[in-house]
Amino acid sequence: MKRKHKRLTFAGIAMLLLATAAALILSAFEDSIVFFYSPTELAKQKPGPDLRLRIGGLVEEGSVVKPGGAIVSFRVTDMRNVIAVRYKGILPDLFREGQGVVAEGRLQNGVFQADEVLAKHDENYMPPEVADALRESGQWKGKDMETEQ
Amino acid sequence: MLHRFANPTRFLRLAAAMQPWMAALTGVMLAFGLYFGLFDSPGDYQQGESVRIMYVHVPSAWMALLCYTALAGSCAVSLIWKHPLADVAARATAPIGAWFTFLALVTGSLWGKPMWGTWWVWDARLTSVLILFFLYLGYMALDNAFDDPGRGARASSILALVGFVNVPIIKFSVDWWNTLHQPASVIKMGGSAIHPSMLMPLLLMGVGFTSYYFWVLLIRIRGEICANKVRSLRLRQVHEQPSADDLSEEAS
Amino acid sequence: MDTLLTFLNMGGYGDFIWPAYVIVTIVLAGLLISSRRFVKAAEAELGSIKQPHQRGRREVGDET
Repeated sequence: MKRKHKRLTFAGIAMLLLATAAALILSAFEDSIVFFYSPTELAKQKPGPDLRLRIGGLVEEGSVVKPGGAIVSFRVTDMRNVIAVRYKGILPDLFREGQGVVAEGRLQNGVFQADEVLAKHDENYMPPEVADALRESGQWKGKDMETEQ
Repeated sequence: MLHRFANPTRFLRLAAAMQPWMAALTGVMLAFGLYFGLFDSPGDYQQGESVRIMYVHVPSAWMALLCYTALAGSCAVSLIWKHPLADVAARATAPIGAWFTFLALVTGSLWGKPMWGTWWVWDARLTSVLILFFLYLGYMALDNAFDDPGRGARASSILALVGFVNVPIIKFSVDWWNTLHQPASVIKMGGSAIHPSMLMPLLLMGVGFTSYYFWVLLIRIRGEICANKVRSLRLRQVHEQPSADDLSEEAS
Repeated sequence: MDTLLTFLNMGGYGDFIWPAYVIVTIVLAGLLISSRRFVKAAEAELGSIKQPHQRGRREVGDET
């Protein structure tokens, strides 16, 4: 009985230490674990023109312009700050105004030159009729993405 | 309570009685789940029909985490209380969990390509699930790496317990960091974010996958108990002098 | 025929949905079958070393 209790205490303390170590390591590497920066974070950090990074936010309504030649320009917003993005390539099916987006590239002269654009969707799933009904009755929650934390 | 099932013979009898029930539950749940999931549920307002991948992807991911929790729990019982069945349960769970993790990764990739626009990204959720897959593989490799099964079980149990820190990281990765993967839908503050017409096939498949796990687990535990008996009998035979009877048996 | 094709097309996402369901089916069925074979092999081996004189007799718990 005594040996069992000893082992139990030992295992408990070991797990506690392990969890603490994991928490410390994860918070130390927070910057490299973060997949993308919001426009607000970007405005604070002001990265150089050669630094490759990802930005994320919502595609601003009415901002998508396609001048032709597979070139797209749009603005990404987190409702506080906005950043202009230029991209040449194929857009994912889910890319649309008001939806979440993550773009990878470099910030040059205030414009984000993206070479990859990924769509981010929210955690809501519903049939189209339900979504329409919610919009019409004004119950749309509108909380599509959490970029600011 | 635990010691009532400690006796492998009693456990085998219980397992044999439960197996057909698990098989039936799995069959019924998956049949209904697939019917609703593929035929009688709507497409999503954003993702269209591709949302149907959710009905196999999400239950696979749940099972990947559930199996790892069961594995770590069994390993803890095996290390602390030296319970003979705990070892067996851990060894029986690992391959099932590894396959569920594999399925979560593959179906997630097949869903990510049309929706996000990529098969894979190194965000916190996807990376931590890949690590979970490697933890399963590492556990199984270490478990089989030793000639003495007792030492193998000890080493692999410690690895499984250390790896358990990854489980809460997977669960909360979408809340703690910016990820491409969306936050949890089914269990969240203020109720589920999935419409009931889509939640139903998802839950049916979830129950089906869970009972499938227990079904295969019971089968594999029986196999592991048998294999253990074979091992100890063979060991005893090696130590005893081979009788004339045994030699003639070899020849025949 | 047309309705079947529409169903298989899945609004253009059939190429992603069907492989996902097929691979899940293959893996789950394969794991079940291999687990059953594992038990049968172990039980057969146990039977052969436990009772070398009574090969024909079945082991307890052999009823799969």
